[in-house]
Amino acid sequence: MDSQIILFISQIFNGLKIGSVYSLVALGYTMVYGIIRLINFAHGDFIMVGSYALMLIIPLMIAMGLPAWTAIIPAILLCVAVGIIVEKAAYKPVREKGNSMTALITAIAMSLLLENGAQAVFGADYQTVPTIFHLPSLSLGTLNISGDTVLTIVLGIVIMVGLQLFVKYTKHGKAMRAVSEDKEASVLMGINVNSTITLTFAIGAGLAAVAALMYCAAYPQVSPMMGAMLGLKAFVAAVLGGIGSIPGAMIGGISIGIIESLSKAYIDTLTGGIITSAFSDAIVFAILIIVLLVKPTGIMGKNVGEKV
Amino acid sequence: MLKIDNLNVSYGAIDAVKGISLTVNDGEIVSLIGANGAGKTTTLHTITGLVPAKSGSITFDGHDLLNTPSNKIVTLGMAHIPEGRHVFTRMSVQENLEMGAYSLKDQSGLQKDLDRVFGLFPRLKERRHQLAGTLSGGEQQMLAMGRALMSHPTMILMDEPSMGLSPLMVKEIFSIITRLHDQGITVLLVEQNAKMALSIADRAYVLETGRITMQGDADDLLHDEKVRKAYLGA
Repeated sequence: MDSQIILFISQIFNGLKIGSVYSLVALGYTMVYGIIRLINFAHGDFIMVGSYALMLIIPLMIAMGLPAWTAIIPAILLCVAVGIIVEKAAYKPVREKGNSMTALITAIAMSLLLENGAQAVFGADYQTVPTIFHLPSLSLGTLNISGDTVLTIVLGIVIMVGLQLFVKYTKHGKAMRAVSEDKEASVLMGINVNSTITLTFAIGAGLAAVAALMYCAAYPQVSPMMGAMLGLKAFVAAVLGGIGSIPGAMIGGISIGIIESLSKAYIDTLTGGIITSAFSDAIVFAILIIVLLVKPTGIMGKNVGEKV
Repeated sequence: MLKIDNLNVSYGAIDAVKGISLTVNDGEIVSLIGANGAGKTTTLHTITGLVPAKSGSITFDGHDLLNTPSNKIVTLGMAHIPEGRHVFTRMSVQENLEMGAYSLKDQSGLQKDLDRVFGLFPRLKERRHQLAGTLSGGEQQMLAMGRALMSHPTMILMDEPSMGLSPLMVKEIFSIITRLHDQGITVLLVEQNAKMALSIADRAYVLETGRITMQGDADDLLHDEKVRKAYLGA
C-alpha cells in the first residue's frame, strides 16, 4: 500500500480512538444536561479522579496477582461515588433552592474543588500510570494498529450500543427519558425523580472512569488539570452532536476525534505551514462555531416546538 | 374515598387555596368548577403532592396523602391527568402507555391492559408507534387518559380535559369519562367548561378565589340562577 494511504488510515484510527474517549465523556455531559438542564463542569474532572484511582490501584491489583485492567472496577466505583456525592451534596440543594445560573456556578466550583483537591493531595506534577494492557498490535500488511487502539474503539462501541439499549428498553432507562422530558408527569407515573437523577450521575461518572482507563492506556500520565481540556473537548463534542442527545454525543465525540487527528497530521502541509498542528484545538473549536452557525441545535439536536 | 379537610395552600405570600373541604365518595363523578385562578388546579396538585400544603389534611382510602411521597400516590390507586395532558412527546404512543404502568410491580398484564386502552381508544392503536408529540390535542388527551388507566386506578383526577379541543372532541372525551365511571372508576373533574362538567357529574363544588362558595347536586347547580349567570353564560 502507498505510505500516504497507510498514514491516512492510521490517523483515522487514532481519531477513532481519542474520539471514543471523547464520546464516553460527552455521554456524561449530555445525559446530565438532558435530565436536569445542567452543564456539569465537574464532569471532566471525574476522568482525573478515575485516572488517579487507576494509578494507585493498578500496583495493588498486580501485587494481588490480578491483571492491571481489573483496577477499572474499583475506579468505576470510586467515580460513581464521587459523582453521587457531588450531585447530592452540591447540585441537589441548589437545584431545589436556586436558579439555573446558581447551579452552573456551583458546577464550576465543584470542578475547581476537585482539581485543587487533587493538587493538594498529589501535587501539580504529572505522574505516570503503570501500563494497563499488554496487547499485540494488529498488522494488516504495512498498516500497524496498536492493540490499545482496537480495544478502545471496540469498548467504546460496545458501551455506546449498550447505553442506547439501556435507555431505550429498560425500566430505569425509560424513567430517565421520562424525567428528562417532563418531571411532573414522571412523578405522576410513580417515578422517583431524585433517584433517577442520581442514577444518571452514577452512569455518567462510571463512563468517565472507563474513559479514564482508555485515556491512560494511550497516554499513561495523570495530573490534576488533565480533566479540564479533555472535559472541555468532550463538552464541545456533546454540543456539536446536539446536547441532550445520546447518539449525538457519540457522533460528536467521534467527529471531534477524527477532526483533531487529521488536522494534527495534515493542516501543516495543507496550509503550507501557515497554520501548524499546534492549532488543532483551535480548529476543533472553529468547527464547533461553524456547525452551530448552520445548525444551532447541533448535528442530532431536535428543535421540538412546544405544544401549548 | 377522598376527603379534603380545611386545606390551605400558598405560593409564597399568595394564598391560592383558603381552607377548602370536600369529599368524593366511592363511584362518584364530582366536578370542581370555577374561573381561571380560582385554585382548581392547585387543589389537584396538592392532592398528588406536586404542590405542598400549608395546612389541612387530605386522606384517600384511609391514607394520609400529605405525608405520602408524590410518586407513591399512584400506587394507592390514584391517577392524575394534569392540565395540558403532559404526554411524553418524544416517546411513542405505546411507550407512553407503558410509562403509565411504571408503578405496577407485576408487568405480566401489560398486554391485556394495552388492549383494554386500545379498545377504548382505537385511534391510539392506529398510532401506537407514532411519537406522542405528533398527535392532535384530542388524541393527546386520549393518550393521557389511556396512560392514567394503565396504572389500574380506582380514582382519577382530571384537570381540564376539554381544554383546547373542538366541540366534537369535547363530547367524545366526556363520553369516555362516563364510560370509565360506568366501569367503577371514581372521578374528580376540574373544568372551566362548567356546563359539560355539571352535565356528567353527580355532585359539584364551585370554587372562587380559593374558597368553596357553593356545593351540591350537579343538577341543582346546573339550574341555579347564580351558577347559570356566572359560569354557564345564560
